[in-house]
Amino acid sequence: MAQHVAQPTATTPELPATLPLKAIAPWAVFFGILMLVLLYFVGAEQGATAVVSGENVHEWVHDARHLLGFPCH
Amino acid sequence: MNSALVRNLLIRGMLAGLGAGVLALVAAYFLGEPSVDRAISFEGAHAPAHEHEVELVSRGVQSTAGLATGVLVYGIAFGGIAALAYCVALGRVGRFTPRATALLLSGCALLAVYVVPFLKYPANPPAVGNADTIGKRTTLYFLMMVLSVLLAVGATIVGKRLVPRLGTWYATVVAVAAFAVVIGLAFAFLPVVNEVPGDFPATVLWRFRLSALAMQVILWGGFGLLFGELAERLLNPRPAKADESRTVATATN
Repeated sequence: MAQHVAQPTATTPELPATLPLKAIAPWAVFFGILMLVLLYFVGAEQGATAVVSGENVHEWVHDARHLLGFPCH
Repeated sequence: MNSALVRNLLIRGMLAGLGAGVLALVAAYFLGEPSVDRAISFEGAHAPAHEHEVELVSRGVQSTAGLATGVLVYGIAFGGIAALAYCVALGRVGRFTPRATALLLSGCALLAVYVVPFLKYPANPPAVGNADTIGKRTTLYFLMMVLSVLLAVGATIVGKRLVPRLGTWYATVVAVAAFAVVIGLAFAFLPVVNEVPGDFPATVLWRFRLSALAMQVILWGGFGLLFGELAERLLNPRPAKADESRTVATATN
């Protein structure tokens, strides 16, 4: 795949070092869950399940939900 | 130090997701909305006593502010998740520069998060879908999405493990083939959902689905390029241009 044929001079592209999983984990847990909650509100709230009662969230994101491919109603 | 780097990548991922969301929003408004409107007028003509009699949110708001909220939040959320996945993928998936890793990750995300679930449970316009089956359809759609993402991650890990034995090329071929076979089995065994009304215009359905797909291609393509640029600048602060011109100069000599 990435077979670099570059000469072993300064022109070789800088390849990244790995980030330790321990440094990623706290961010992944907290922000991962936060992002999933956001996706839930855009994609599924007041469809199959509801945290907030009524139809307002569903109706507000109605067009986005259809066009983003989520089952809507 | 590393934690700060993860934070910076996460912030850039969410910003790139917002930017890509704006691009997808333009596509959604100009390509998608006309089919949504046509589908709604079909719905109105066929189900006069529909529960949408009392409009909570007007069509004008749904197709502008509502659409923007949904698409932008979706972009930010997936941008954040993709940035976290990027932190793990960086330097682990192969010998790729930060920018190339970002584009590769976005391409895989487009396939795993959207295209694969879409092939089994495609996006549907208003008027398509029975309200009584919303629970089942939502479960199946999210199941397909989670399955596809987990299998893609699994295939990547298996592929990496096979590299010492098979080499990069064949390890990749085997991993992708394994992914395709398992996805094929899921497609075959998960229940079929087809709730398109018999007289629903085929061209509207086709245009709607095509524009939904176009939105995602633009979203993930835009994200890969934007985030790749931001990540490259963060991780390799050295100006890349001087390097490239030097490479060209040595190559022509």
